Amino acid sequence: MLTDFMVRATIAGIAVAIVAAPLGCFVVWRRLAYFGDATAHAAMLGIAMALALDIPIFGGTLIAALLMAWAVTQLSGSSLASDTLLGVFAHAGLALGLVIASFLSGVRIDLMAYLFGDILAVTQMDLFVIIVGMLLVIALIYWRWNSLLISTLNEELAYSTGVNPKKEKMFLTIALAITVAVSIKVVGILLISALLVIPAAAARNISRTPEYMVICTAILGIISAIVGLQFSYLFNSPPGPSIVCVCLSFFIIFSSIKLLNIHKKYN
Amino acid sequence: MKLVSTDKISVKYGTNTVLNNVSMDVSSGEIVTIVGPNGSGKTTLVKTIIGAIKHFDGSLFIKDNLKVGYIPQRLQMDKTLPITVERFLNLTQKISSKECAEVLSAAGIPSLIKSQMADLSGGQFQKVLLARALQGDPDILILDEAAQGLDQSGSADFYRQIENVRNTKGCAVLMISHELHVVMGASDKVICLNGHVCCCGAPEAVAGMPEYHNLFGMETDGALALYKHQHNHKHHIDESISEVSV
Repeated sequence: MLTDFMVRATIAGIAVAIVAAPLGCFVVWRRLAYFGDATAHAAMLGIAMALALDIPIFGGTLIAALLMAWAVTQLSGSSLASDTLLGVFAHAGLALGLVIASFLSGVRIDLMAYLFGDILAVTQMDLFVIIVGMLLVIALIYWRWNSLLISTLNEELAYSTGVNPKKEKMFLTIALAITVAVSIKVVGILLISALLVIPAAAARNISRTPEYMVICTAILGIISAIVGLQFSYLFNSPPGPSIVCVCLSFFIIFSSIKLLNIHKKYN
Repeated sequence: MKLVSTDKISVKYGTNTVLNNVSMDVSSGEIVTIVGPNGSGKTTLVKTIIGAIKHFDGSLFIKDNLKVGYIPQRLQMDKTLPITVERFLNLTQKISSKECAEVLSAAGIPSLIKSQMADLSGGQFQKVLLARALQGDPDILILDEAAQGLDQSGSADFYRQIENVRNTKGCAVLMISHELHVVMGASDKVICLNGHVCCCGAPEAVAGMPEYHNLFGMETDGALALYKHQHNHKHHIDESISEVSV
């Protein structure tokens, strides 16, 4: 069954949608949209390094993403704001990665596949890595859930209940790095943060509790993956961007419903 | 019995010394208030006590297994995070819907259980924070300008509730406040902070000290009298609906 490329692509899409759901919610709640984007951009450096050193792409991107997060955390609070630092590291990572990749002799890399994903070329091995990554992230988030939530609400409140928000932030960064690393194959570097942010932003409109929002985000993400892939198959459109477009349509629909409801309430 | 005590604690932010040799303590059942001008290190002191500041000189004693109920300085509830009052009360401790309803009735806001935290008014919000802080019977309540943003009667009401909690539950209270007139009368001990401890003692004694007058100037005139005057009134900001129906 797993030999059919569409089946593998669909499973990979669903797995990435599930892993992106809790992370996407935290990205929205903690205003990390740019951080997610930067982590993904830095992954290009990881890809180039992985190709140069002949290590698995997954490992390379994971290391690059973690290094970037670590560097930003270390340097922020100095004379530069963290979004400036993210801007420096993200695009430096992307540029450096592209330059290094161009120097690699004998390796012809399909840049488009890394930038926009290549979900139809997912192998059984890729699928295995994606699913293990998904399980890891879900386990991590599930384990830290309440501590992560209280740290997100208020750092002092977290400290007073014995939770160290700095530690929770580290867990979140690791989870984000794993998510980026497993998502590259599916949507590519440039669209990962779309997959993180858009379903969560759509789900925010219809959610009353954090848990409900994560579940809604996952469902919207899964539907987007399935519908986007079918659309791409039928109309021969690029699969990653097609998935993101379906996410966007959900965002538009739910935001409109919300706006209409608010309009009704006050008129 | 001492619950919390600091011994010559100093905290620096960069080269700027925020707290300089601060020694203070809170015993069980005691209401201790920290007053001081902006930038005097009040919040820093409280943050050090709850463990949010790790780098300091001097020593900090916290009683073993001390249960702290903390109310932060006007917690900004972000609209991006959907959370109902019920879920918020479940954050650190699982409680059933029934217990949750009881907690909220006791706080005087029974109808808000399904409301979004971000939709609450300032007064309702502080009541929810207080209800949360009181879960699991804390040994000490720590409040960082918890009544900020409430109007005068609202904050008087809030502090009266704190005093009431102390009297019924016997927990100690450590609070920061700007509102001298409300706080002075409701405290057992007042600590005037301005980087260092300027003066400290029972409110009546502190009110007579020159350091206190130097620190607050004209603001201090009639502070205690004003508080006592307010004590004659009852304000039910959030129960106005029930009053209408009566």
